[in-house]
Amino acid sequence: MATLHATTVQALQSNKLSLLTTWIESLEASGATRNVKEADLKQQANDFLNTLIAALEQGGSQNVNHENWAETRVLLEKLSHSRALVGQDSQQTASFIFALKGPLFALLQREYAEQPAQLAEQLWEISELLDALGMHTIRTFQKSRELVIKRQQEELLELSTPVVKLWDGVLALPMIGTLDSQRTQVVMESLLQRIVDTGAEIAIIDITGVPTVDTLVAQHLLKTVTAIRLMGADCIISGVRPQIAQTIVHLGLDLQGVVTKANLADALALSLKRLGVTVTKAV
Amino acid sequence: MTLASNGTHPVLIEQDVVLARQLVRKLAQDCGMRLIDLTKLVTAVSELARNTVVYGGGGYMDWEIVERDLRSGVRLTFRDEGPGIPDIKLAMTDGWTSGGGLGLGLTGAKRLVDEFELDTAPGQGTRVTITRWS
Repeated sequence: MATLHATTVQALQSNKLSLLTTWIESLEASGATRNVKEADLKQQANDFLNTLIAALEQGGSQNVNHENWAETRVLLEKLSHSRALVGQDSQQTASFIFALKGPLFALLQREYAEQPAQLAEQLWEISELLDALGMHTIRTFQKSRELVIKRQQEELLELSTPVVKLWDGVLALPMIGTLDSQRTQVVMESLLQRIVDTGAEIAIIDITGVPTVDTLVAQHLLKTVTAIRLMGADCIISGVRPQIAQTIVHLGLDLQGVVTKANLADALALSLKRLGVTVTKAV
Repeated sequence: MTLASNGTHPVLIEQDVVLARQLVRKLAQDCGMRLIDLTKLVTAVSELARNTVVYGGGGYMDWEIVERDLRSGVRLTFRDEGPGIPDIKLAMTDGWTSGGGLGLGLTGAKRLVDEFELDTAPGQGTRVTITRWS
């Protein structure tokens, strides 16, 4: 495998500033700088060129996994991580590297104007190198993105609905968000378990935070109500808003036999009544 | 009738059902639809999109904003290349299901919208077009 000539590296070194300027211009033209501060971009571009030249000057391997490239790799990893955080996509992140090709090729063309054979060879080499670095950026970008997604998923699980005790013998489950996922299953199971653990007589499922009640959600609810009854407890569904009520009617859902209330307070009042508890104002 | 804008949304996996609902909610809001009409439309979308995923093996939702007599509305077409529905009459019966649902999705969706059109044949896939005016 041919390597980059010292002339090439020399040319890079001596034309660094003009290279940097044209690179940043083409970056801005391609729109890859969205959400990135100009000062940050200049700093990153400058750092990248420095480590690139440093790695090239050490000569030896063109393999970006070689230890000569460690510094460049770390820089790119940091870069793609920060790009992922500001919400750039992989294309925009990768074009940070690929936008350097244009200015670099122009530079090499000037350097090797008299030696077409060498020009082709050097162009090929530098192109291979930049591709490898670009791929590395995309790989690490993808990894950072996956980390972001994983963190968000964990945060969502944190949100997963808790079963709260409203009164002795009264449990409430405030449901939030989309109910057609695995989440429903988990939440329902934990409610049933809490009924066993606490010996509660009444469970209130509050659906105020559920934007859409379709047949699947209704099916989940009905199954849970049945299960709760089989365990000897009663179930009240609260938080049935007017638009949800009308939609349920049009859907043709049969919720007869299920006690429903417009809000959680009404459901609690009913539960207390059933438990024979009266709430009075202190005189 | 003039066409204001339109697009296509993939409905391939269960998560797409949620995204389709969110998209339609936004479209209906842009149309100035009342909360009750919006909720009905979104619920119908939920049913049909899930049918597309579960029974149609995934497909697409074409959406367009339509206008007629100074009223605007949302028209949606759910299309899949699935097995189709062999017996439309049976499928449009309350409580009948070929899967494990309540059997109210298709008929319920029809009652929730102003216009409902079902175009299907065995082996030819299924197209359901619904319109809700604001």
